[in-house]
Amino acid sequence: MERTAAVESRPASGASEPAIELRGLRRDFGERTALGRISARLEPGESLAVLGPNGSGKSTLLRVVAGLLRPSAGDVTVLGCALPRETHRLRGRVGYLGHAPLLYRDLSARENLRLAAALHGLDPVAAESRIEHLLGTVQMSARGDDRVAELSAGMKQRIDICRAVLHEPELLLLDEPDAHLDTEARLLVDPLIGPGHGPSRVVVSHDRAAATADADVVLELR
Amino acid sequence: MTTFSALLRKDLRVELRTLRSLPAMALFAVSAFVIFRFGLDRTSLDGELAAGVLVPTLLFAALLAINRLFVAEREEGGFDLIRLAPIDRTVLLAAKATALVIYLVVLELIAVPIFALFFLDSASGLVPFALVLLLANVGLAATGTVISTIATMSSARDLLAPLILLPLLIPLVIAAAGAGEHLLAAGGPDYGRFGTWLALLGLYDLVFLLVGYATFDFLLED
Repeated sequence: MERTAAVESRPASGASEPAIELRGLRRDFGERTALGRISARLEPGESLAVLGPNGSGKSTLLRVVAGLLRPSAGDVTVLGCALPRETHRLRGRVGYLGHAPLLYRDLSARENLRLAAALHGLDPVAAESRIEHLLGTVQMSARGDDRVAELSAGMKQRIDICRAVLHEPELLLLDEPDAHLDTEARLLVDPLIGPGHGPSRVVVSHDRAAATADADVVLELR
Repeated sequence: MTTFSALLRKDLRVELRTLRSLPAMALFAVSAFVIFRFGLDRTSLDGELAAGVLVPTLLFAALLAINRLFVAEREEGGFDLIRLAPIDRTVLLAAKATALVIYLVVLELIAVPIFALFFLDSASGLVPFALVLLLANVGLAATGTVISTIATMSSARDLLAPLILLPLLIPLVIAAAGAGEHLLAAGGPDYGRFGTWLALLGLYDLVFLLVGYATFDFLLED
């Protein structure tokens, strides 16, 4: 089945190099097309909301843009890197929040964040200070030494958000960032991943009203 | 903290907390020795029979750890963490292989004295045999890490790792058991072809370390 997309966007700001440019992106898994003929453009600092029903390829799109999946066809340019040829140049510049947390269950929240900091080459002293700042922001300082396996789904999501923004990425790729978060927790994470805080954002969401309210570009997958 | 040491410390910390691999490996080896003791109906072994019991038992015990080597990476998003980070991905190969060598050394520190207690009249051959085991560990870790990565990507991973790995380990078993046959001989260690077997093990290690280095980056690709 061929999948299609509709794009709505506000007038471009005129910046020279887009944060993301997709032209005819297609991704197949075997004979099944998960994502077909997607075209969109996102300027630096803007937000892209990706909407669509279950199975429409939202998470696949996010993984392609993150460089985790190769496109089957089409041109994908992210932060000036043509994927998949220049994926190596993109690494470390993207903050990716998947629908499952990228956290080791048997490590504590702090240990997970220290590992992420080491993987991104952050200075250990500066990283320690940033980790404490992030944990404080999401009100997880007191539970920072607990194993991730012992945390609730909402707490894991807050830690995973800290992990995604730890290295101050230029582009945030957020797959259902509000999942498992109550209203209070959503307010806590907003300074880290909300709109207007610097990095360009791609937000996959089922909440049409919230996603489109913050978005400069809306991409609807069918 | 370097990326290598961060990844290695993560693996060792998780193993110390969960004890998922080492106790199973040690228990397997000791159980196998008990079965051999009654199956062969012998209280004393030497030469090729001693090496033929010890080396394959350690190898099969190692399979338990090899099968579990990338479980956390697969189930807890560790592969995505590595793919997103601006690092040389062969550092994961180095950290995993080093962790496996450490597991094997710990296994041997437990299993070999028990083997000696069960079967050996004289333990004088075990000191030079430790060098053989160390070289065998490096080869087993290099091969096991690469094959475990391949198997992890498959749904038949528990079957795939032993099926691919065991034939590849035949030269290593021949060399380790060949050295063991002379070192564990009845009249005390015979160093006649000791150098040849060590050279063969060293060559095996070198080849599979190079194969791992050359291929590992591609194994982590989509």
